[in-house]
Amino acid sequence: MKTPVLDSTPEAPPCCSGAAAQRTAVAPSRTGRTLLALALALVGWSLAYAAIRPLSELLAFRALGLAPASHLGQSVAFFLYDAPKVLLLLVLIVFAVGMVRSFFTAERTRAVLAGKRESVGNVLAALLGVVTPFCSCSAVPLFLGFVEVGIPLGVTLSFLVAAPMVNEVALVLLFGLFGWKVAALYLVTGLAIAIASGFVLGRMKLERFVEPWVYASMKGSASHARERLGLQGRIEKGAEAVRDVVGKVWPWVLAGIAVGAGVHGYVPEGLLAGFMGKSAWWSVPAAVAIGVPMYSNAAGVIPVVEALLGKGAALGTVLAFMMSVIGLSLPEIVILRKVLRPPLIAAFVGIVALGILLVGWLFNAVL
Amino acid sequence: MKIQVLGTGCARCKVLTANTEKAVQALGLAVAVEKVEDLREIMRLGVMTTPALLVDGKIRAAGKVLTADAVMDLLRS
Repeated sequence: MKTPVLDSTPEAPPCCSGAAAQRTAVAPSRTGRTLLALALALVGWSLAYAAIRPLSELLAFRALGLAPASHLGQSVAFFLYDAPKVLLLLVLIVFAVGMVRSFFTAERTRAVLAGKRESVGNVLAALLGVVTPFCSCSAVPLFLGFVEVGIPLGVTLSFLVAAPMVNEVALVLLFGLFGWKVAALYLVTGLAIAIASGFVLGRMKLERFVEPWVYASMKGSASHARERLGLQGRIEKGAEAVRDVVGKVWPWVLAGIAVGAGVHGYVPEGLLAGFMGKSAWWSVPAAVAIGVPMYSNAAGVIPVVEALLGKGAALGTVLAFMMSVIGLSLPEIVILRKVLRPPLIAAFVGIVALGILLVGWLFNAVL
Repeated sequence: MKIQVLGTGCARCKVLTANTEKAVQALGLAVAVEKVEDLREIMRLGVMTTPALLVDGKIRAAGKVLTADAVMDLLRS
């Protein structure tokens, strides 16, 4: 998949993600060239974005000769419009988030959180969870690192809830497919759940259910070599994030949009209203119960969500489903079992699920 | 010189180990790349995000996979 932003760092060969970011001394002329390439890429991006609708309609109804009112025409037009739109948005936002994230590291976040009171700490931890680079494979060392410097358990858990649940891919896809209101709703309620559940878990005094060796482990002695990035380095970080993230999720996005397109064209409106609509109160707990053991990345689940929403499912139910799929996952729970004993794991999953449930019901009641 | 790759055995950690070994070979260094997989040991070394690369006990990279070229740059300096 060729994208304009990917071309913004012609100097960095595609095999060397990370290599460029390590270089510290950068000639000013090189930064100038990178900025120029970035500006050109942005112009190209805007032109491409503006051309999606006319081109997709031209292709679907003229070139392929499909009738706009037919099932097939609806589905194909939906796919041809949504696929490039979502991919373009994804490239732009992942690039921007990659640049923003170059300001944050797990070590710096830890330093900010160390010594904070619980309430303030929970809020900060949830916010930092959104912008700190995070991979669920390093959830355990991160947990240990936080606890080691005396960050309260509840604050650490706020971070671990927010980090996977509120992620940039989810936000972009929500924004692209449903508009900024749904995306903002997701951001705010996701943060609220992370803050509240971490706070409640902290109040419950569950420290005795952390594996005992955790508190016995010693404070690290190694010193960190600071990375000096500069603008050039941050732009390269953004491009690196695009290669990493977009390179990994684009097949999921296309598959998901294809499913969404099929539903869009063929499933009758309102089909799902009966059992996933507002009137069915039990649909929210059912969505959470199905969502928690499921594991998928945001890119895979959102087009499914779109299909459900389009056919009459209520927003609260659908948000609850999405949050429980992305935010709580079996693999992460298995990884955390190394440091947390079962009662604490159960409390963690239970309280986060309860938070998701409340958000689902709230939106079904209010909207 | 002492080179250590820290990671709990995930796919990304294995890639970093391989890249580091390639870099060491390319530079003709006579050092073994030490793999640290024990979680407690990793914590003791002060690393929170894996995979990480330590040279002489100093954390040179954490939470990312460096390419062989990047490791070579690092080892030269």
